Amino acid sequence: MKYFLQRIAFYLFTAWAAITLNFFIPRLVPGDPVQSLIAKFRGQLSTEAINSLYVLFGLDDDKGLWAQYIDYWKQLFQGDLGLSFTFFPSPVSQIISDALPWTVLLVGITTVISFLIGTSLGVLAGWRRGSWTDGLLPVTTFFSSVPYFWLGIIAIYLLTGPDSFFPSSGGFDSALIPAWDQYFIPSALQHSLLPALTILISSVSGWILSMRNMMVTVSSEDYITVAHAKGLSERRVAVSYAARNALLPNISGFALSLGFIVGGTLLVEIVFSYPGLGFILLQALGAKDYPLMQGIFLVITISVLVANLVADLAYLLLDPRTRKDG
Amino acid sequence: MEPVLEIRNLNVDYGLGDRAVHAVRDVNLTLHRGEVLGLAGESGSGKSTLAYGLTRLLAPPGVISGGEVIYHPEQGDPYDVLGLSDNALRAFRWAETAIVFQGAMNSLNPVHKISTQLTDVLKAHDPKMSDHSRKARAREMLKLVGISPDRMDAYPHQLSGGMRQRVMIGMALILQPQVVIMDEPTTALDVVMQRQILGQLIELRERLGFSVVFITHDLSLLVEFSNRIAIMYGGRIVEEAPAATIYRDALHPYSRGLLSSFPALRGARRELTGIPGSPPDLAGMPSGCSFHPRCPKAFEPCPTHIPVLGRPGTPDGAARSVACWLHPTEQPVG
Repeated sequence: MKYFLQRIAFYLFTAWAAITLNFFIPRLVPGDPVQSLIAKFRGQLSTEAINSLYVLFGLDDDKGLWAQYIDYWKQLFQGDLGLSFTFFPSPVSQIISDALPWTVLLVGITTVISFLIGTSLGVLAGWRRGSWTDGLLPVTTFFSSVPYFWLGIIAIYLLTGPDSFFPSSGGFDSALIPAWDQYFIPSALQHSLLPALTILISSVSGWILSMRNMMVTVSSEDYITVAHAKGLSERRVAVSYAARNALLPNISGFALSLGFIVGGTLLVEIVFSYPGLGFILLQALGAKDYPLMQGIFLVITISVLVANLVADLAYLLLDPRTRKDG
Repeated sequence: MEPVLEIRNLNVDYGLGDRAVHAVRDVNLTLHRGEVLGLAGESGSGKSTLAYGLTRLLAPPGVISGGEVIYHPEQGDPYDVLGLSDNALRAFRWAETAIVFQGAMNSLNPVHKISTQLTDVLKAHDPKMSDHSRKARAREMLKLVGISPDRMDAYPHQLSGGMRQRVMIGMALILQPQVVIMDEPTTALDVVMQRQILGQLIELRERLGFSVVFITHDLSLLVEFSNRIAIMYGGRIVEEAPAATIYRDALHPYSRGLLSSFPALRGARRELTGIPGSPPDLAGMPSGCSFHPRCPKAFEPCPTHIPVLGRPGTPDGAARSVACWLHPTEQPVG
């Protein structure tokens, strides 16, 4: 329990540090949103217009960084992330909560499926080393070294087109209004298929490889020989002795990859113009939209931290050696 | 004495074909009911491979290339362990022949409680046994090896090395096997703990009546704890005799070399000499008697002819056997 509280305290500290950095970094980037608007309009803005833009964006008062920092925390606790510059006057929290489900559903479900499939195949390949499953390895090595977005571009090039089943971009048919009905859901599924497959193919290989290698390592442990000598069934030795122990490093890898759901597949969303968080982040970056960037980074930070915490807890649960006061 | 395990012409190779390494060659050995048979030799002499071979636990590329391992159950006809089907082999393992392995530290799975690891063997061999009686049996075994039964829910990392090895001994005896193979069971422990555990084991053996194959490179332990000793060199058994006979009057120069490489606790002071040279490379075994390059007494037939294991012409020759040209035999063993 003491260990647990220590972890929580550690994560709270990390969250504070991350949020503070999150506040400062965009302000260290040269230029500001008004400057980028001026550039957009190629000097066709008058001085009054520029001034009113500063007022509009709330960048007019000469508050010091420290005062801005205090304000930032106050607003954060009220769930107020400010107004977006790009999607003015929508509040950032609104934009994020619209985009987040797309990302979480697409990448989240894909990550879980990829982990389950990859780990099971890895167990099989590691346990039956030397059988046909070894033929999978060169293929998986190839795919695990291919970047997601490149695979996405190739998939769009090869599989989409006017007559193709696969749409090349978007999260749903633009003629439909998002709703939980029989028109919208199939369309959303159809649109998510290609990005999901892209992520699946390139991420499943990593799970297969790491699980197989751990299985091979664990298989030569003495306790596996003992388990065989005890006359336990092949299945019990493979699952409860070998896979159970080989799984441990993969569990933390999985928890971390859950943390990267939000930020990790940004490029896939960009390639497929998928209406998730990554796509929004791209637009925010292009427009120097501080509030939106900060909001998205906040979500990414928090999800990574939560995933780390989950990994710590899962480890406590699965590996008795990490329980200090067990 | 009636035999419980007979090893006949056992050959174990690592690898296949021409490049195979012959780790165990033409081994003939009989374990009798209730006895402690010691198996000694340097590292790489094939003693552990022999133990893994006769229980069919060899990891690839180890293969049994010939021979028989005849097991005599308490009731019923003897059978060849090497010919058992997978299911029959699983039922045979642990129930008839249990093993205590060298790695006292790594023989237990770190993520399972010791109660789980003690009871899963009962579950595998007797699925009808109730959960409650399985737990009771596991507790009983812990008590038998001198561990408080309230450590049932401990994980391996919470036990000391000595306790872990005791848990392994308790686990080995849980199905009341006829044969317990001990593969360097105390190598990882300190001398005090070694003695304590072996003493306890011998006491348990007298009480429960199982036979022990005790594998070690420490001949001094064998002289004290075993009834008979077989000495292995280069994959072959070179001498086999009652423990006291080996100690007093070893015939093979290699056995004598092993004996003079440790000090005696009692008796006259002797000079420690050791054996010159190093163990042979199994992949490039010397011709003839594989010990001849290191043997102080090698003479004319040694480099060319392999001596067979057989009864020597000495007065006590009926109870022992040796494979050495100094003691040519008329009665080969096996």
